[in-house]
Amino acid sequence: MAADIRPKRPFRWHIGVFLAPAVLVYTAIMILPLAGTLQLSLFRNVEQHQVFVGLANFRTLFGDPNWSVGFWNALRNNTWFFIIHMLVQNPIGVMLAALLSSPRLRFAAFYRTAIFVPTILSFVIVGFAWKLILSPLWGVAPHLMDLVGLKSLFTPWLGKEQYALTALSLISVWQFVGIPMMLIYAALLSIPEEVIEAAECDGITGLAQFWKIKLPLILPSIGIISILTFVGNFNAFDLIYTAQGALAGPNYSTDILGTFLYRAFFGFQLQTGDPNMGAAIATMMFLIILGGVCVYLFLVQTRLRRYQF
Amino acid sequence: MSTATRSLPRTIGAHAILLTYTAIALAPVILVIMNSFKSRAGIFGAPLTPPTPKTFDLIGYTTVIGQGDFIHYFQNSLVVTVASLFFVLLFGAMAAFALSEYRFRGNSLMGLYLALGIMIPIRLGTVAILQLMVASGLVNTLTALILVYTAQGLPLAVFILSEFMKQVSDDLKNAGRIDGLSEYTIFFRLVLPLVRPSMATVAVFTMIPIWNDLWFPLILAPSEETKTVTLGAQLFLGQFVTNWNAILAALSLAIMPVLILYIIFSRQLIRGITSGAVK
Repeated sequence: MAADIRPKRPFRWHIGVFLAPAVLVYTAIMILPLAGTLQLSLFRNVEQHQVFVGLANFRTLFGDPNWSVGFWNALRNNTWFFIIHMLVQNPIGVMLAALLSSPRLRFAAFYRTAIFVPTILSFVIVGFAWKLILSPLWGVAPHLMDLVGLKSLFTPWLGKEQYALTALSLISVWQFVGIPMMLIYAALLSIPEEVIEAAECDGITGLAQFWKIKLPLILPSIGIISILTFVGNFNAFDLIYTAQGALAGPNYSTDILGTFLYRAFFGFQLQTGDPNMGAAIATMMFLIILGGVCVYLFLVQTRLRRYQF
Repeated sequence: MSTATRSLPRTIGAHAILLTYTAIALAPVILVIMNSFKSRAGIFGAPLTPPTPKTFDLIGYTTVIGQGDFIHYFQNSLVVTVASLFFVLLFGAMAAFALSEYRFRGNSLMGLYLALGIMIPIRLGTVAILQLMVASGLVNTLTALILVYTAQGLPLAVFILSEFMKQVSDDLKNAGRIDGLSEYTIFFRLVLPLVRPSMATVAVFTMIPIWNDLWFPLILAPSEETKTVTLGAQLFLGQFVTNWNAILAALSLAIMPVLILYIIFSRQLIRGITSGAVK
């Protein structure tokens, strides 16, 4: 602070030089287009001219059955996609991290490395590999289920309307479980030894120790993971596109906001592309994600107790 | 768990769960790579056994290398990833240094502004990004992708690097100033070498999403000339739906470089995640 009070200091150009490239690129390629997209959602192309139409695009999106049915369907599917991630991916991640962080566990580095492998693969690989595995043509999945006597339960999950979305969500969970695992693992490692020792002196060990001592201490990390999952899920596109195509079949049952935006923006088959409607959908996604982030920042994060060691 | 309660059944239980999950995580990858070295009869006849001399066949690989322009796609991906990485690290480190080293009006506001991009995905601006690229004639150039990925990687890079730069000793920098070093020399000669480990962490975090991205290559650079390996693989797989040998070989070719890089850098990556910067 003392530096600030010193009178007549020369203007520090170097601060500007250090900041300029990052701020320029970030503003020009990220912030302005984001603002531009929000703005574009208020316009419509009438005879080759962009005309300001206020909220008309949103009225079309919610009022016109051609759009609203697709939008609500995508939003519903996206919500289910998110719920599966929260119910399956994050608990499994926490459990794996808890097991990995037990002291003197052998091969911990190996497990860590192996479980993280799917996370580094691209969606194209993941989508296609699972498509092949679940394909009734190849027969790997039915064969494996036969080994445990469950063959009768097999159906081509990705091809059935009632199962496809859940199957894809679980594939996505398989791919990303490494992220909650690593972040929780880091949080568990940072719990000081004394806290654990004190708990042991009081006779709190094993599972009780996890629920009563460790879990409250890692709650902030679980909060961060939840919001990362939320942002990632409501922005997802690649997996659905590679596994089911832009039409998100069968019969739009795996359509999420990302694929819906892609079709609206670029058009697909009989539908022509409409940048303004695309922008309107992107704006809705922006509002949903912003809403989630605000709920996290103002409601969740402020209530989570943080422990300083 | 703890030493006091450490017991054999508990340890066995932990290993059993971890081993099961490791199997779930690796099995699909192993299955794909294993079957890519087999003949068509081998792939369908016995998908779960490793290739035997009878079923061993490289027909898939010869098809892929003969048909797809994979080497070219690979170069494109490499150029895009390396160039974006370079700019993210350079610009990110510079901005992080400015934010963590100097006190100036609007410092925390600028930090907040740059951190916005961590939560709001750049993908939502696609409509306007495409217009911008069309207007500047950058559609179907690798430059467009490099610009977008640089912008995409910067927020997290600035955030993580400024955390690390706060830890660089003030005495060292002040000693440099007394010796008459300019602020630029202090940054490039003193600070950058000291934060090199965290730069590696940021590099890995930035690299994976860029290499794997499908959305922007699909929208900004879908031409034959500028296809990245992810987009190329996607289209290639679409074309060869019925040629299982070729599909499995293409998938394996796409998996292997990433897997090898990961095995080399996994220690670095995991140390980066667990060092607490991203908590």
